[in-house]
Amino acid sequence: MPYTVLDVEDVSKQYRLGLIGGRTLRDDLHRWWDRIRGRPAPRSGLEREMRRGDHIWALREVHLEVRQGEIVGIIGRNGAGKSTLLKILSRITAPTSGIVRMRGRVGSLLEVGTGFHPELTGRENTFLNGAILGMTRREIQERYDAIVDFSGVEPFIDTPVKRYSSGMRVRLAFAVAAHLDPEILLVDEVLAVGDAAFQKRCIGKMSEVAKAGRTVVFVSHDMSAVSALCERAIVLDEGRVMAQGDTESAIETYLSRFGGGIGSNFGEVRLSSGGARGEGPFELHAIRTLDASGRVRGDFRSAETIVVEFDFTRFERLDYLRIGFDLVSTRDTVVFRTFHNDVEEFLTAIPAEGVERLQAIIPPGILNGGLYRIQPRIGVHRRGSDWLVGEVSGPSISVRLGIPNVDYAESNRPGLVAPTIEWKFP
Amino acid sequence: MKISSDSGGAWTTVIRPKGRWLDLRLGELWQYRYLVLLLVRRDFVAQYKQTILGPLWHIVQPLLTTLTFTVVFGRIARIPTDSLPPFLFYFAGSIVWAYFSTNFTKTSNTFISNVNIFGKVYFPRLAVPVSLLGSSLIGFSVQFVIFLLFLAYFSIQGAPVSPNLWILATPVLLALMAGLGLGGGIILSAITTRYRDLANLVTFGVSLLMYLTPVVYPLSAVPKRYRLLVSANPLTPIVEGFRFAFLGAGSVGPGDLAYSAIWTIVILLVGVLIFNRVERTFMDTV
Repeated sequence: MPYTVLDVEDVSKQYRLGLIGGRTLRDDLHRWWDRIRGRPAPRSGLEREMRRGDHIWALREVHLEVRQGEIVGIIGRNGAGKSTLLKILSRITAPTSGIVRMRGRVGSLLEVGTGFHPELTGRENTFLNGAILGMTRREIQERYDAIVDFSGVEPFIDTPVKRYSSGMRVRLAFAVAAHLDPEILLVDEVLAVGDAAFQKRCIGKMSEVAKAGRTVVFVSHDMSAVSALCERAIVLDEGRVMAQGDTESAIETYLSRFGGGIGSNFGEVRLSSGGARGEGPFELHAIRTLDASGRVRGDFRSAETIVVEFDFTRFERLDYLRIGFDLVSTRDTVVFRTFHNDVEEFLTAIPAEGVERLQAIIPPGILNGGLYRIQPRIGVHRRGSDWLVGEVSGPSISVRLGIPNVDYAESNRPGLVAPTIEWKFP
Repeated sequence: MKISSDSGGAWTTVIRPKGRWLDLRLGELWQYRYLVLLLVRRDFVAQYKQTILGPLWHIVQPLLTTLTFTVVFGRIARIPTDSLPPFLFYFAGSIVWAYFSTNFTKTSNTFISNVNIFGKVYFPRLAVPVSLLGSSLIGFSVQFVIFLLFLAYFSIQGAPVSPNLWILATPVLLALMAGLGLGGGIILSAITTRYRDLANLVTFGVSLLMYLTPVVYPLSAVPKRYRLLVSANPLTPIVEGFRFAFLGAGSVGPGDLAYSAIWTIVILLVGVLIFNRVERTFMDTV
């Protein structure tokens, strides 16, 4: 049985509000002087607030045990304590109480390129950055070729980093961090950097690390990335562990609690307040996903109908308006693209002005289990395509194979889709 | 659960809320010695890339300082220089002093000026101030060589200088200077994470301290009633010792150096302990 490599026991972290930011010696001397004279200090409003003990607990009694070789995801809304936990694990700050024990070297991809100096060459920075991350000279030398190779900046390796493009810099930095070969790798959404091809390599590297028997702790509020990478997930909320277990059920717990709620991208995404005219002739207000009964939801079973609803305003008559979306899987694959005028009745234009809402109905028995993102594709298509809505993300949906209210769930099938195909004896 | 977590060897890292007070954690710093080396190199390279004179800039500053001192304190104020050539006297004093003050001022904002990097990755924070000692030692070495050249020139010209066996103590003198600069600097850096305004005092404090140290005057010229004050300064025996070693005039004895050494050890010890203490949570307060 794999042994525990990371043991978080009862860890709490308290921050004192009002102490964030500078404090001057004068303030403290004042306070001290008032105390000496045996007089309670006349306090300002802000100070009274501090005194009343405005503490916030970023983490409360967090328990977590990670075994060797596991990829564990930590999810939660903004401010749930994810980053604080990671900061404690990577020893940037100490916990207020509790204890953390680890076996082996901890590497973090909290922030890549730490300590890069623009005047130094790529080679010099590789060594410096490696040393900052805790590698010995020999380790860096051994991995140097692999690092340069992985980064793809070989022709520029003896050029000062200040002449690099930001993409090159990030690639080199990530390459160094990825070759640290730690026993425990902490990752915090660095996947947001770099182009798609590079992100793919990063994800590949992470699973490679895990396959080599290393442990990965992956913090993200991108549910799809977590579900693609992690076997197990922990849901943090207000500093506490709200749920933990296999990724699917943890995400489900998360969704059932926050799905469609504010600050989550499941169920509904609001893009503008509506009413006021923006820059263009078209304004998209909201995209939401509903079930057959019209309830806003973010989690579906594959045997359910999923309704995608668009709210918008047209400020001009847009004759060749096409409203549609891509359904994008976690690996950024477009599962399908659909437009409203694929259907005969909408062939020419949306009938009258003042139609503010459109629904697309995804029939049951098509999607495979997994997480998907609705990517709006709205444009005027006459001679070419003139996209009206830029790269905004619509809501995400989570789909599990099976029938609603039945606990049995099949694991995801291979393939982009899992359509229900008609079978019969001829 | 407990049984399985005990297999797989001992825990290698244990993070607790508070570190032990009397833990200097120097072993960890030793593990990161390569980082210290690279940080020194980074400072050196970054400082001189795209400059014409490179490290030679180190010479301009003490030369200008010495010239100013020679004019102001030698010619105008006519402060005695232990019957040494004023130029050598001031040059010797100012390079030793510069070694201290550079160490002190550079290390004193360790936390504040490295917030970015400290907030992202863990390594023994002490590596940064220690590497600064290395960088300033490079600067000092350049100045020292120039000093030796001037010394040779003056000797040939028949100036009354007499280098002696105290020269062998130079590494000790430098170590003490470095230790005091580092110790004082990191204590201050720990305090300034909480009281930012103290940082404003550093430059002022350092120049004030210079006048309490026999840099522009010899200890022998200090009036009786101030003698004790100047002698109590642990930097005094070091500056006097350096001048005595290379120029042959100065008031210093082994006892004085021992006095400085004790100060150095105490300040370093206190500094490292406070520094290690603050490093654990300073990210929450900056």
